Amino acid sequence: MDIFDVFLLEAVVNGVLLGGILALLALGLNLIFGVIDVVWICYAELIMIGMYAVYYLHVVYGWPLWLAFAGGVALVSILGAALHQYVIRPVLAAEPINQLLVTGGVLFLLQGVATLAFGVEFKNLGVRLPTLEVGEMFVSFARLIAFLAALAGMIGVYLFLKRSYLGTAIRAISQDREIMPLMGVNPNRIFLITSALGGGLAGLAACLLVLQYDIHPAIGLSFGPIAFLVCVLGGLGNMIGGFIAAFIFAQFISVGGYFFHLEWGYVIAFLFFIAVMFWKPRGLFGAKS
Amino acid sequence: MTPWVSRVGLPWVGLAALALVPLSGMGNYPLHLAIMCLLWGFVYTGWALMGRLGMVSLGHGAFLGIGAYGVVMGWNHFGLSPWLGLPIALALTALVAFLIGWPCFRFRIVGHYFALVTLALSEVVRMIIVALRDQTGGSLGATPNTALAEQAWSLGALQFSSKVVWFYIVLTMWLAGLWVWTRVDRSMARLALEAIAHEEEAAASVGIHVTRLKLRVTLISALMTCVGGVLYAQYQLYVNPETVSGIGISLQMVFGAIAGGMYVRLGPTVGAVFTLLLAEVLRLALGHDIHGLDTTIYGLLLVLFIIFMPKGILGAAIEGWQRARRPVAAPATG
Repeated sequence: MDIFDVFLLEAVVNGVLLGGILALLALGLNLIFGVIDVVWICYAELIMIGMYAVYYLHVVYGWPLWLAFAGGVALVSILGAALHQYVIRPVLAAEPINQLLVTGGVLFLLQGVATLAFGVEFKNLGVRLPTLEVGEMFVSFARLIAFLAALAGMIGVYLFLKRSYLGTAIRAISQDREIMPLMGVNPNRIFLITSALGGGLAGLAACLLVLQYDIHPAIGLSFGPIAFLVCVLGGLGNMIGGFIAAFIFAQFISVGGYFFHLEWGYVIAFLFFIAVMFWKPRGLFGAKS
Repeated sequence: MTPWVSRVGLPWVGLAALALVPLSGMGNYPLHLAIMCLLWGFVYTGWALMGRLGMVSLGHGAFLGIGAYGVVMGWNHFGLSPWLGLPIALALTALVAFLIGWPCFRFRIVGHYFALVTLALSEVVRMIIVALRDQTGGSLGATPNTALAEQAWSLGALQFSSKVVWFYIVLTMWLAGLWVWTRVDRSMARLALEAIAHEEEAAASVGIHVTRLKLRVTLISALMTCVGGVLYAQYQLYVNPETVSGIGISLQMVFGAIAGGMYVRLGPTVGAVFTLLLAEVLRLALGHDIHGLDTTIYGLLLVLFIIFMPKGILGAAIEGWQRARRPVAAPATG
C-alpha cells in the first residue's frame, strides 16, 4: 500500500473518532435547544468545569478514576439544572436572544471562577493510554474509548427519550410548549430534568476529553464554537441531523488537516459551514422554523 | 438650570469639557483610559446599530480583526501606508459583511441562527490569522514596523507617540459614530427595521425591502467596527488574534453595548466606560496576583444585567428619570 494512502486512511479514521466526540457535544446542545429553545453558549465551559472536577477528584483526592468520572458527570449535571433554575428561568419570558446572551455571561463567569480557583497553569490527568497499531495505522486508544463511550451515551439518551415515560413527556414538550402544560405536564420540571440531562452529557464529554487534552480555564473556547456549528449544520434541535453533521464536520477537519495543516482543516470546515448556509440556511437536515 | 440649557446646551458643555480633557495636564494613564473608552465606545456604538434592531451579531470580531490585521500586514509586508491599508480593509470588510449578510437576510436567518452563523465568521477570521503564522506571527501577535525611531510622529505611517493626538483622533471618530447613529435613528430605514425586528413577514408584506435594509445597516455597522480595528492597531501598535478577533472579543462587544444600553445613543459608550473602569478598578484594588476575579465579577454582572436590567445602565437611568419627572403616568398605549 502506498504510504500516502495509509496516512489519508488514518486521517479518515481519526475523523470518525473525532466525529463521535463532536456528536456527543451536539447531542447535549440539541437536546436543550429542542426542548427549552435556548442555546447554552457556555456549554463548553460546563465541560471545562467537569474536566477540572475529574482532575481534582482523581489526582488531588485520590479517587479511583471511574468514581472520579461519576463524580464529574454528577457535578456537571447539577450545574446544568442550577443553570436553568437560576439563570435561564428568569429570562424565559424575555426576548429569545437574551436567553442566549445570559449564558454568554455565564461563560465569562465560569472562566473567571476556574481561573480563580484552579489558576492558569495547564493541568494533566496523568493517565497515559497506549496507541493502537492497526495494520500500518496508529490510532489513539483514548480517542477510540471516547468514540465508543460517546456512541453508548447517545444510544442511552435515545432509548431514554423513546422508551421511558419521562422521555415521552420531554419529547411532547419539545413538540408543543403551549399545549402540554394543559395536558397536566409540569414544563418547569421537564426543563429541569432536560437541563440536568444536558449537563450530564457535558459531564460525559468532560470525562472523555480529559483523557486526551490538558485542562486550562480557556479550553472551552477551543471546542465550544465547533459544537455550535455542528448543531447549526445539522439543524438546531435536530438530534439525528446533529449526529450526521458531526461526522461530516469532523472529516473536513481531519482530512483537510491532513492535506494542509491542522488549523487549515478547521478553516476549511468553517468555510464549508458558511457555504452550506448559503445553500441550506436552516442546516443540512433542518426543517423546523 | 433652565430647560434651554439642559436641552440644547448640556451636550455642548459636555463636549467642550471632553475636548479639554487632555489639556488638564492629566497623566498618561488616565489619558490612555479615556482613549480606550472613546475607541471602544465607537466600536460598541457600531455594533449596537445592528443589535438594537434585532440583529445580534457575534461576528463583529471578524471585522475588527480584518481592520487591525489589514493595516498592520499591509504596512509590514508591502510597505503600504495605513492610509492605503484602510480602504483595502474597508473593502474586504464590506465584501465579507455582504457574503455573510446576504444569504442570512435573504433566507430569513434570525435570532439564534444568526448569532451562531456570525459566530462562525469571527472564528474563521481568528483561525485564518493564526494559521497564517508565517506572515501574521500567529497567536503571538504582531507589531507594526515602527516609524517612530527618529521622530515623534509619522502621518504617513499613522503612528503618533503622543497620546494627546490619539485622544483627538478617537474623539473625532467617536463623534462621527454618534452622528451615524443619529442619522440612522432619524431615517425611515430605522422605523422599517424596527418593524422587521418585531414581525419580519408582516413587514415584508407591507412592501418593506427586508434584505436590502438589513444589509445596509449591517454594512454601516461592519465598516465602523473595521475602522475601530484600524485605530486600535495603530494606537496600541500591537495586534493579537485573541484580542481583535474570535468569540471572546465578539462577546465583549455585545455585552458592552448591552450593559450600557443599546437602545439609546450614548448607551454603548456608557457600556464601554463601565466595563473598562470596572476592569481597572478591580485591577487596582486587587493587584495582578488574583487572576480571574475581574472576569468572574464581569460575568456575574452581565448575568445580573440581562436578568434585571435588560435595557442597560443608561436605558434604565433614563427610564427612571422620566418616571420621576412624571409621577402620574399616562395610560400605557400599544
